Amino acid sequence: MLIKIAKPSDLHESDVTPESIYLSRRRFMGGMAGLGAGLALSGHAQANADYSDVPDGNAPAWLKEKISETQWGAITPSDPKKDKIAPFDDASGYNNFFEFGTDKGDPARHAGSLKTEPWSVVVDGEVNNGGRFALEDFAKPSQFEERIYRLRCVEAWSMVIPWLGIPLADIIKRADPTSKAKYVRFETLVDPEQMRGQRSSFSIIDWPYVEGLRLDEAMNPLTLLAMGMYGRELPNQNGAPLRLVVPWKYGFKSIKSIVRISLTEEQPVNSWQKIAADEYGFYANVNPNVDHPRWSQATERRLPNSLFNPNTIDTLMFNGYADEVAELYAGMNLKENY
Amino acid sequence: MASPRIWLAWRVGVFLAALAPLLFWSWQVANNAAGPEPGRYLLLNLGIGGLWMLLLTLSLTPLTKLTRWKGFALIRRQLGLWTLAYATLHLLSYALFILGLNWALLGSEIVKRPYIIVGMIALVGLAVLGATSNRWAMKRLGKRWKPLHKFSYAILGLVLLHFFWVVRADMQEWAMYAAIAALVMVTRLPPVARALPKLRYRFSSA
Repeated sequence: MLIKIAKPSDLHESDVTPESIYLSRRRFMGGMAGLGAGLALSGHAQANADYSDVPDGNAPAWLKEKISETQWGAITPSDPKKDKIAPFDDASGYNNFFEFGTDKGDPARHAGSLKTEPWSVVVDGEVNNGGRFALEDFAKPSQFEERIYRLRCVEAWSMVIPWLGIPLADIIKRADPTSKAKYVRFETLVDPEQMRGQRSSFSIIDWPYVEGLRLDEAMNPLTLLAMGMYGRELPNQNGAPLRLVVPWKYGFKSIKSIVRISLTEEQPVNSWQKIAADEYGFYANVNPNVDHPRWSQATERRLPNSLFNPNTIDTLMFNGYADEVAELYAGMNLKENY
Repeated sequence: MASPRIWLAWRVGVFLAALAPLLFWSWQVANNAAGPEPGRYLLLNLGIGGLWMLLLTLSLTPLTKLTRWKGFALIRRQLGLWTLAYATLHLLSYALFILGLNWALLGSEIVKRPYIIVGMIALVGLAVLGATSNRWAMKRLGKRWKPLHKFSYAILGLVLLHFFWVVRADMQEWAMYAAIAALVMVTRLPPVARALPKLRYRFSSA
């Protein structure tokens, strides 16, 4: 998606980052790339976040190269003061990734055992160009974009995360879906040796973790396949090396460590729907008017917060992305299709 | 034969041990070591801590029967009051750190969410037991004191139900506490309760 159309969630020129921000090398290079892209396409520079205090990862050379060519700030919040990027340590230390345990700190503690290189992704089902692809070949033809999205967890907390990745639509177009394709089904790796949560006999999840989207949701320009965040590759606990990011849906839709993408005719049954269909639906659109049976979804705690400031804010319809996605659900009863 | 001074040291030791987690969690929060949501961190730890206190309190009677060691009986009231303290702090941290003292929200949440109602009933129960745990109340209540305080087992059930309704995915932790609770309750069944002292003789003669 190289043509940039201004959306209400985009940054306005008047909101550009304060000039005083220190430029790290990475940021400087990224800034140049973003500046280049910005100048070429829309004639004005993009603001960039500061990642100078984010620890370097250990990305393979091809990924480092892709990241250095990122179109920085491709999508940014319209109010960066309100939607402040969460510190890297919080985004990478407070995770739900039950493959590595149920405590919020478990993924950061235990995901080091996941081997993300080499990695391959199977594309199959109702497609003409299926097959097994090395992640490198899978990612290379697309331009990396930085997208700063709000992530709203179904547990009523949220963070703002700067992702790096490619539009899912690129991958689907390349796979060339047949006329029967109506849905996209995603699968996470199953490997109890690397993923200790899959060894728990009390787990309610029937591995592999499965998620799904309607084809038009998958093709929406907001839907991202992320391979990095905070200017670097994804930490394992955040779903390395390849994860989905669907910013207008609850976080559990954004499946991690993907090994299979299938185009299907039938609506897939996602893992949480299978576990508790009365609590988690297929759509799982962020909706302040439809409560979870056990808690309200009208508000959310924006993290990080502090003891005496829970930082509770109103939850927005479609997590604030209504202008981009509401038409996907025109005429649909969102109370029934939660 | 232990002297009164040793019993006092034992009680003070138990007091400090029960206080230690609270100090440790506070220290973590003060040093930004409690994650991006420190209020929730305290809330969950206080809840689990309160459940531990309740389980420990209720296991003292069977432990006394099993071992005849006086030390267990000596700390029963103290641990019961610690249970009440943890549970009260658990509710307070919910009201303060999660709801931000939004009383209207607290009101609507209490009505709508059954797990909160169950938790509140358990807390009220603990408060009644705490208020009647002093010697004066024991004298006033006389024979009724014991049946009243047997409600602690009902409170344990309510606490487990409250916990059960909060669990999202993995039942392992809950199942562990439920198993311990079941064990503690089984020891109060009359046949088992009668068998416990005999078990002690078997231990000591073996």
